[in-house]
Amino acid sequence: MNTIPAIELRHISKRFGPVLANSDINMTVNYGEILSILGENGSGKTTLMNMVAGIYFPDEGEILVNGEEVKITSPRDAFQYKIGMIHQHFKLVDVFTAAENIVLGLKEDGKYDIKAAANKVREISSQYGFEIDPDKKIYEMSVSEKQTVEIIKVLYRGADILMLDEPTAVLTPQEIRKLFAVLNRMKEDGKAIVIITHKLNEVMEISDRVTVLRKGEYVGTVETDETNENELTEMMVGKKISLNIERTDPKDPVERLIVAHLNVMNREGMKVLDDISFVANAGEILGIAGISGSGQRELLETIAGLQPIQYGGIQYIRPGDGVIENLRDKTPKEIRDLGVRLSFVPEDRLGMGLVGSMDIIDNMLLRSYRQGRSVFLKKKEPESLADRIIRDLEVATPSNRTPVRRLSGGNVQKVLVGREIAAAPTVLMAAYPVRGLDINSSYMIYHLLNEQKENGVAVIFVGEDLDVLLALSDRILVIGRGHVTGIVDARTASKEEIGLLMTKGGHAS
Amino acid sequence: MKEPLFHIVKRDSISWWKSWLIRLAAIAAALILCSVITVLLTGLNPMKVWGSLISGAVGTTRRRWMLLQGTAILLCISLAVTPAFRMRFWNTGAEGQVLAGGMAAAACMLLGGNLPGIILYPLIIVSSILAGAVWGVIPAIFKAKWNTNETLFTLMMNYVAMKIVDYFSQLWAVPKGSGKIGVINSSTNAGWLPALFGQTYLLNILIVVGITIFITVYMRFSKHGYEISVVGESENTARYIGINVKKVIIRTMILSGALCGVAGFLLVSGTDHTIASETVGGQGFTAIMVSWIAKFDPVVMVVVSALIVFLTRGAGEISTTLGLNKSFSDILTGIIILFIIGCEFFINYRMVFRGKHKEA
Repeated sequence: MNTIPAIELRHISKRFGPVLANSDINMTVNYGEILSILGENGSGKTTLMNMVAGIYFPDEGEILVNGEEVKITSPRDAFQYKIGMIHQHFKLVDVFTAAENIVLGLKEDGKYDIKAAANKVREISSQYGFEIDPDKKIYEMSVSEKQTVEIIKVLYRGADILMLDEPTAVLTPQEIRKLFAVLNRMKEDGKAIVIITHKLNEVMEISDRVTVLRKGEYVGTVETDETNENELTEMMVGKKISLNIERTDPKDPVERLIVAHLNVMNREGMKVLDDISFVANAGEILGIAGISGSGQRELLETIAGLQPIQYGGIQYIRPGDGVIENLRDKTPKEIRDLGVRLSFVPEDRLGMGLVGSMDIIDNMLLRSYRQGRSVFLKKKEPESLADRIIRDLEVATPSNRTPVRRLSGGNVQKVLVGREIAAAPTVLMAAYPVRGLDINSSYMIYHLLNEQKENGVAVIFVGEDLDVLLALSDRILVIGRGHVTGIVDARTASKEEIGLLMTKGGHAS
Repeated sequence: MKEPLFHIVKRDSISWWKSWLIRLAAIAAALILCSVITVLLTGLNPMKVWGSLISGAVGTTRRRWMLLQGTAILLCISLAVTPAFRMRFWNTGAEGQVLAGGMAAAACMLLGGNLPGIILYPLIIVSSILAGAVWGVIPAIFKAKWNTNETLFTLMMNYVAMKIVDYFSQLWAVPKGSGKIGVINSSTNAGWLPALFGQTYLLNILIVVGITIFITVYMRFSKHGYEISVVGESENTARYIGINVKKVIIRTMILSGALCGVAGFLLVSGTDHTIASETVGGQGFTAIMVSWIAKFDPVVMVVVSALIVFLTRGAGEISTTLGLNKSFSDILTGIIILFIIGCEFFINYRMVFRGKHKEA
C-alpha cells in the first residue's frame, strides 16, 4: 500500500469576515484508511473539507495530494486529483435518473451514452455492494438511495479520495449499517475515506483514526483503538462534561392533548398526515421519531393551528377544571384567545420562530406585542425578559440589541426556547430543538425540557438522534410516511426496534 | 493553476464614517467621470457645466422654492410606497395611485367649483385619499385572496389610471377638442391650496413634513409598523405568532395608496391646478428608487429625494443654457445615481487581492 499520504494539509487557515473558520490546521489522510473528522457544529470541519474539494480557497497554507503541492480552485480541479466530496445536502436533479445524474457535468465529446453509463454504475455497485437501480428517477428515491447516487457519482469520476459530510445524519440505524459496510469495502480497496461527523459512537465504530477540531483549531489526532468516547468528548468540548440525561418518572400524568384521526394534506394536495392518533400527557415527554420529512413538521404545525385539517380532531383538556377545548380549525391567535398556553419551538428557527433581522428584544415582542390597547409598542417588559433569558440561559451576545441572525445556532435556539418557556406553557412542542447545537447547549435544552416536564407541562419532542430520544422521552411515537407506526415505552424499547418502525408506514411509493 | 486575482469578502460591520467616506468617494468619482465625458463629447469646460447645474437647481429664490416643492412631492410618494416595501409587497403602482388621487382632486375642483371652501377642501382631500386607497387596495385584495403577482398587477393599474385621465381630459377639455383640461378655476382659485405667508408652496411642504413624521413614528413605534416588519421579513413567522397576514397586506396597501392619493392632491390642488396623464411624470417609479436607496428610512429619504430633484432640475438647466441635448443631462444624472447605488456594494463587501491575505 502507498506510504505517501493521500492528502496532507499544512498550516491551513480560512477566514469569513471576522470569523476564523480554520486556523493553522495540519493533518494527513492515508490510503486504505477511514479518518473521522470530529468536532462540534461550527468547529470548521466542513470548511476544511470544502477547501480540499475546491469549494473554498484557503487564505493560508498548502494542500498536498500524493505528496505534491496543488492548488484546487474548483470541484473540477478536485476531480482531476481524484478527490470527491459527498455533501450533506445532495446536489441532484430530481427529474433525472440516477445514471443521468451521474454523468451530468462530465466533459465528453458528442452525446452522453447513458446505457454505457448505467452499465458502469452497475459494475461499481456490485464491486462495493451498493443497491441501486440506475434507471430510477431521483424523486422516486429514498434519502439513503440519493446518498448512494452521490457516492457512485464520485466513484464514477474515478475518485480515490472520498470525503463524506455528515453522511449518517439522515439515515436510519439499518441504513447506517449498510453504509458502513460499503465504506469498509472501499477502504479495503485502498481508497482514502474521510467522514465528517459529530456522533461519537459512529466514530468509534467506523474509523481508524480521528482528527478533532474545536472552534476552528486543530486539537489532535488519535488512533480509534487507543481512545474512548469520554476522551474524545473532552477533546471536542475542551472540558470534561457528563453525557447523562436524567429522566424522572412522570408525576400523576393526566391527558392534556388528544389528537384523533388527523388527516392533513400539503399545498400540493399530497397526504402528509394519515390518520394520526395519540395522547400527550401532562408531566410527560412524548418523543416523536421518524425519518426526516415523514410528517413530523406538519404534525406540530397542525396542532399549532398553522395547517388546515382535512379530517380528525385536536382536543385540549384544560388543567384544573378539565374543560375540553376543541382546537380544530383555530388560528394560532384564536387558540391563544381560548387561554390555551401552547408553546412551539419550530424546526425553522429563523424562518418561523424568530425574525432574523430583528434584535432579541423585538423577538421577545413577537409573543407579547398585542397586549394592551395602545397603538404603540411597549418595550419595557420584553426588554427585561430578553435580559433575563440572556442571563439565565447564558446567551452569548454583544447586547440585547443584536439581531438574532448574528448569533450562533446555539444562542439563537436559547433565545427561542427561552421565549417559548417564558410564556408558562401547558403544552410545549419542540421540533429538532438541538439540531446544529454544541454539546453544552444541547444538554441545556434537554435540561429545560425535563424541567418543563417536572412542572407538569405536556412536552412533545421531535428528535433525530435515537439515543437522545430513548434517554429523554417517556414514550416515543414513531411516525413513518405520515402514519403512526408505533408508540413505544422509551424505557424498554431498543434503537433497532424504532429503526424498523421508522421505515414501515404503508403506501410504499 | 493560479490563485484568483482577487476575491470578494463580505464585511461584517463597517463604521458609519467609513461608509460615508465610500459614498463621498463614489460621488467624487461620478463627478470626475461625468467631467471626462463632458469634455470628450461636447468639448465644453466641465466646470461651466457644473456651474450651470447648480444655478439651475438653486440659482434664484424661486428655484429654491421649486426645489423644495419638488422634493416634497417626490418624498411624499417615496414615503407612501415605503410601508408596502417594508412588507415586501412590491408596489410599482405609485404612479397610478397618485394619478387616481389627482384625478379625484381635479374632478372635485371642476364639479364643485361653486361650493364654499369649508365643504370643497375636505371634499377634495377625502376623495383624493379614497381614490388613491382604492387604487392601491385592489391589487392587495387580489394578492391576499388569490396570491396574484403584485408587481405586474400594480404596474398594469398605472396604465388604467392614465387612460382614465386621458378620457376625462377629452371629456372636460378646455377649449373643447384640445384634449387638455387647462388650469382649473383660474379665476376663482376654488380648491387651490392657499399660499401661506405669501409662499405658494409652503403648505405643500408642511403637509409632507407632517407625513414624514407620521411614517417615521408609524413604522418605528406602532404595533402596525411592527406587524408590517414581521410580515416582510418572514410570512411564516407572522403566521406562527398569529398575525393575519392577509389583513396586514390589505391594511398596509390602503395606507400606501392613501398617501399616494395625498401626493396626487398636492400635485393637482397644490401645484399644477390641472391634470394630465403625465402629471406624475414617472415620479411614482423614481420614488421606488428613493425608498430603496434610503433603505426605507424616512429621514434618509429626505436627503435622497432632495438630491435627485436637485440633479434633475440642475440637469434641465444644462440642456437649455448650454444648448445641449436633453439626453446629455440624463446621461450625467444617470451616472451619478448609478455610482451612488453601486457604492453600496463596497460598503457591504471588500475585495482581497492576491498575496494580501494577512490584511484584516
